[in-house]
Amino acid sequence: MHVSLRGISKSFGPVHVLQDVDFNILGGEIHALMGENGAGKSTLMKILSGVYRADKGEIVIDGQATPITSTQDAERLGIAIIHQELNLIPQLSVMENLFLGREPRRFGVIDSKAMRTAARTYLQALGADRIDPEAEAGLLSIGQQQMVEIAKALALNAKVLVMDEPTAALTDREIETLFGIMQQLKAQGVAIVYVSHRMEEIFRICDKISVLRDGHFVGERVIAQTSFDEVVKLMVGRELGDRFPKRDATPGAVRLVVKDLADAGNISKINFEVRAGEVLGVAGLMGAGRSEILKTLFGINPRTAGTVTLDGQPLHIRDAVAAIAHGLAFVTEDRKGQGLVLGMSVRENATLVHLNRYAHLGVVSSKAETTAVAKLIEQLRIRTRDAELDVKSLSGGNQQKVVFAKWLALPPKVLLLDEPTRGVDVGGKAEIYHIINQLAAAGVAIVMVSSELPEVLAMSDRILVMHQGHQAGIFDAKDATQETIMTAATGGQTAAFTADAPPVENVTA
Amino acid sequence: MTPQQKATLQKLGPFIALLLVATGLAIMSPDFLTVGNLLTVMRQVSINALIAFGMTLVILLGGIDLSVGSILGLSAISSASLMAAGFNPVFATAAGVVAGAAMGLFNGLVISKGKVAPFIATLATMTVLRGLCMVFSHGSPIAGFSSDFFSMLGGGYVAGLIPVPVVGMLVMFAVFWFVLKKTVFGRHVYAVGGNEESARLSGVKVDRIKLWVYTLSGAMSALAGVVLTSRLNSAQPNAGAGYELDAIAAVVLGGTSLTGGRGWIFGTLVGALLIGVLNNGLNLLEVSSFYQQVIKGAVILLAVLIDRGNKK
Ligand SMILES: Nc1ncnc2c1ncn2[C@@H]1O[C@H](COP(=O)(O)OP(=O)(O)OP(=O)(O)O)[C@@H](O)[C@H]1O
Ligand SMILES: [Mg+2]
Repeated sequence: MHVSLRGISKSFGPVHVLQDVDFNILGGEIHALMGENGAGKSTLMKILSGVYRADKGEIVIDGQATPITSTQDAERLGIAIIHQELNLIPQLSVMENLFLGREPRRFGVIDSKAMRTAARTYLQALGADRIDPEAEAGLLSIGQQQMVEIAKALALNAKVLVMDEPTAALTDREIETLFGIMQQLKAQGVAIVYVSHRMEEIFRICDKISVLRDGHFVGERVIAQTSFDEVVKLMVGRELGDRFPKRDATPGAVRLVVKDLADAGNISKINFEVRAGEVLGVAGLMGAGRSEILKTLFGINPRTAGTVTLDGQPLHIRDAVAAIAHGLAFVTEDRKGQGLVLGMSVRENATLVHLNRYAHLGVVSSKAETTAVAKLIEQLRIRTRDAELDVKSLSGGNQQKVVFAKWLALPPKVLLLDEPTRGVDVGGKAEIYHIINQLAAAGVAIVMVSSELPEVLAMSDRILVMHQGHQAGIFDAKDATQETIMTAATGGQTAAFTADAPPVENVTA
Repeated sequence: MTPQQKATLQKLGPFIALLLVATGLAIMSPDFLTVGNLLTVMRQVSINALIAFGMTLVILLGGIDLSVGSILGLSAISSASLMAAGFNPVFATAAGVVAGAAMGLFNGLVISKGKVAPFIATLATMTVLRGLCMVFSHGSPIAGFSSDFFSMLGGGYVAGLIPVPVVGMLVMFAVFWFVLKKTVFGRHVYAVGGNEESARLSGVKVDRIKLWVYTLSGAMSALAGVVLTSRLNSAQPNAGAGYELDAIAAVVLGGTSLTGGRGWIFGTLVGALLIGVLNNGLNLLEVSSFYQQVIKGAVILLAVLIDRGNKK
């Protein structure tokens, strides 16, 4: 199958999101689509899958102009998409979500037995046997929900499979399984479009790469004949400095001390200290209890044992209000559900935590607020036409920066980060790392959970590795490698894949 | 058309509908477009508008308050009883409003601390409070008080022309507009309605916001009760029954989303006026009360459908 998007243009109101974009996909190849946040990748893929209609241009399949005007059209043509934002219906079970609208029937009623079996098969193929097909989808972790989304797309047996940042919430083990499946599909002749900001992944798994910049198509390359540097330059249009900017702050006095921390069943016996200006990375597999540590510290999950001390004062935090009052800030992994109010503007989201600062006797001074927001937008280089736009109309990476903006202005004493660069492009990542470094230099103690090992290794001073709710060890980042961390995270046995993962290095273009 | 222009137009939808209906009525009935009639309409609208302002906050939170009519009834009976027993009318009026606020606070407690769905919680209090109306009034109207102050609240005029309740409605409109648009509290109402979890994790005191909003809704219903009791010079045991529906209709007609997080108080004022103008116009045209209901319902349905169509 040969799908060719020709001369595609698309505007939302006055903004030209795509202009005259060409994009070619062949069966049996994995084609990466890269570009900065807001470059138009998701929009292009939504046009291919019938969510949006192009203003101009055509879609040609095997030499025939084929209009795709609805998602049903796309499905009929064998085009399936895993959207960047999770779209599961939280109240329905995993299997009901998997087969939504295509429920297996028997004598006219839903055949739940067949549905359960099929769901189990798809989840098993993804190595996600731990997900119960009958669990309520909304109760799964973000990573697990992502696995369900992937299973849902696989269940369609598509000929063209679009994956819009499917690995953003996954850890290495799931990613490996996913890559295995992608290779199988490729061998079966399926065309795969893979949207991601993770360079290492793209160079490992993809055959070709197309790059978008500001809504324009800037080039297609064969992976084997290109380099990190060339791709970054295509995307950004300029030279980019260090991918992981250096931090020269030396950690100061101990700020946060956590002793024997436990919650109701997810984690126990967690012990660590974080100094002022230090970044403690937290690594581990999905479900190992990484996020739970942060949630317990922030008072979202009740603490059942242990003590937490901040600057020598014992903390008793039962809710977010108390956590914030004590100087804690929390960038959650689920920006749609817990980070942002999607229907509110960029401005309203950015100031939600510290609105009182711009208010006198409860009345907000719109001048003070607007000025503060303008500063945050500039500082974080949030790409938005206007601070009054709904935050949901921003690209994924820019939404993530808005979440950062909420907390940055405090400034916090302790910053808890859960997948802080999920869905953020190379340039944006570097900017966020820069912000993390600045905060560290200002004496903030930072705890950062991340599934991206290169990020954990490069950004942390020390790394706490979790394994099944327990602490498998704390490593000095200088001595740690992907291998030592994965070994600890899997409970001792070395994961086979770490051997061929590319080494961490700074990319200078 | 840019999205901004479209959004503005969509926001003005209810206002345009009001103008259309009013123009139609002005053409069909010569009595409609007189100062006297328009002020009468406004005075009739004020009771519904006062309730609907409070209801707007509740619906912005993603909640609903079915008990407003019963709160109106019970607070009216409280004030009237106090006055009939010889208490100072200013004190009695204030006591009624405080009682209404307390009933709203109770709703808020059940909903936020007890985690009961607003529909169920207020359905229950609606029934209980109406029952109490009957108990305290022994099923018959409470009358037999006379106070210039109290009659002025519903029947008086400011500057000899504008009815006091209309002034009250406009003042309350301004207050609610200011609160929603300019205060931290207003912003937090939108945030909780838009995404309660995000708001909570951002340090918004979600429970406190809910308590305040339901308390305000109770107080506004009680205020509406003052106007009604003053107009009728008595408190009926079934005063306010069914008023929750007109209030909800006004909020929804005004473009506030029942799922919370989106809406504005101006829309509610326009929605209340639209319902009032329709009632008045159909009366002037001598449409039978049976058909009036059909027409009113159809207009609400149509307005909401147009609104949904726009949002696609
Ligand atoms: N529904 C919409 N209404 C208005 N603007 C939109 C809409 N959807 C996307 N945009 C704008 O279009 C541009 C491209 O967005 P898109 O989501 O396609 O970017 P992307 O390349 O997928 O970015 P990311 O890497 O952050 O996911 C952005 O500037 C975004 O703000
Ligand atoms: Mg995208």
